Amino acid sequence: MELSTLSLKEIGDALRKKTVSAREITGVFLERINRFNPELNAFVTVAEEEALAAADEADHRLARGERVTPLTGIPVAVADTICTKGLKTTCASRMLANFIPPYDATVVSRLKEAGAVIIAKTNSDEFGAGTTTGYSAFGPVRNPWDKNREPGGDGGAAAVAAGLAPLAVSFDTGGSLRRAAAFCGVAGLKPAYGSVSRYGLAALAPSLEQIGPLARRVDDLALLYQVLAGPDPLDATSLPADGPGRGGEELTGPAASGKGLRIGLPREYFTGDKLQAAVKERVLAAAGIITGEGGEQVDLTLPSTEYALAAHILLAAAEASSSLARYDGVRYGYRSPEAADIDLLYKKTRTEGFGSEAKRRILLGTLVLSAGSYNDYYLNAQKIRTLVIREFAEAFTKCHLILTPVTREVPGRAGEERSPLRQYQDECYTVGANLAGLSGLSVPCGLVDGLPVGVQLLAPAGREALLFQAARTLEAAVGEFSPPILRG
Amino acid sequence: MKLEKEKAKHLAELARLEVSEEEAAEFSHQLSEVLDYAGKVREAPVEGVEPTIHLLPLTNVFRDDEVKPFLTREEALVNAPRREEGFFRVPRILEEN
Repeated sequence: MELSTLSLKEIGDALRKKTVSAREITGVFLERINRFNPELNAFVTVAEEEALAAADEADHRLARGERVTPLTGIPVAVADTICTKGLKTTCASRMLANFIPPYDATVVSRLKEAGAVIIAKTNSDEFGAGTTTGYSAFGPVRNPWDKNREPGGDGGAAAVAAGLAPLAVSFDTGGSLRRAAAFCGVAGLKPAYGSVSRYGLAALAPSLEQIGPLARRVDDLALLYQVLAGPDPLDATSLPADGPGRGGEELTGPAASGKGLRIGLPREYFTGDKLQAAVKERVLAAAGIITGEGGEQVDLTLPSTEYALAAHILLAAAEASSSLARYDGVRYGYRSPEAADIDLLYKKTRTEGFGSEAKRRILLGTLVLSAGSYNDYYLNAQKIRTLVIREFAEAFTKCHLILTPVTREVPGRAGEERSPLRQYQDECYTVGANLAGLSGLSVPCGLVDGLPVGVQLLAPAGREALLFQAARTLEAAVGEFSPPILRG
Repeated sequence: MKLEKEKAKHLAELARLEVSEEEAAEFSHQLSEVLDYAGKVREAPVEGVEPTIHLLPLTNVFRDDEVKPFLTREEALVNAPRREEGFFRVPRILEEN
């Protein structure tokens, strides 16, 4: 039995029939991690001991016939920006290289309650700021499809694609989770704003980011999402229990037909000359598959798309400069050893602890929030955000879901020198969902030059069931594909 | 908009960061390029549009004012780079006398 390729349901069935134990499952993935992670660098920390203890606990639950969930005994990799009690949480930063949180993030508590096994902490850009993992203090992640290609801005997708963990939990501020899913050929969801608690996530841009799931199959993605999502009194921006998307609809099940389904295709997302022709072709083919015979494709225009990325760059930087102000060397994290007075302590600590992209965002954010630039940059960006929200809301009265590319191209060469602006522009198709607080699901739609391509499905909060359904339709038609390493 | 090197150094000072001359030059160059692009927000048709302050229509999320267990003093101090007698220790802030 190739455990690394099974679905959650298949693993769950095997666990309940006792043909395999949770300890054995965790053991298989730990072995794969030992074998493949040194070259992929998807993880900052592997929690071998803790994972085996959690697996034993799951085995006890199963042996005693206690309540089990679809995640009982299932290994999950968690982003290293998400706090795990007693387990090092570095945010891929030198600043937190030795930080051991004294508490769990809410999503981690929810995973533990569901009986999941936290197996490792995933690498990313420092504090999630970047698009290629090139800004990690612990070295970049490699793409399991081709180690000379970049993996997107998050190691969770690479880990899942390579079968180092069946599931991963990451976060998405401008598209890192979705781009990584697309580039590594797995499914990933940036949930609607407020649907998943951010308590215990090291903040980078609090008004834009959400924690979300990654999985090789859409049904598994939905099962993990259901464990993560829910109201949380510890997060004041968490949607209440009776809010949109809290209906508890069935998110897994057979692929539905496209009858009556209206899929919107925003022109602005298909016209740029930077959009690789073969990628565009795959994405449009995906639209045809999802609408099927009974559905309809709706031509849309979202005119503020032209300004959306610029607004996102400015807002993300402004929020980052504020969020990263807490790292001052006093209460936790790195402290510079050579600090004679308090001002030097702040300055040396921050200068030595932060990497280049974090510093760049802090400087840009400090600029756009300063008195002379606030109105020109920050305030205009917030107004553009209003336009973006309005245009999406209007669009969703004409269609059920919106479909776009996730990326302009297939994954680029690893380590390629590109200016910060060029890297920000990588996220041109994904920032809209962060600005407007929409759900954005990235699902594979085929290969170009032997590398995976993703399609993005957007929906407002409350339309999750339809979103997963459409993704499943596409998944069923495209069929399964995986990098050779998965079966290696 | 061009972000001059001196301005980059000033921003670093405000943000409690040290930058070398080379770094200041590099940030100035890179952020000028970013601002050239992002500057288009000033040309957007936002006349009369309200800024988005918050995504969710939530107001005043209240909870009962009850004391609940959180971190103990020891747990709160566990990651302190330096500590003394149950406090975070920092270099002297006040002058003597």
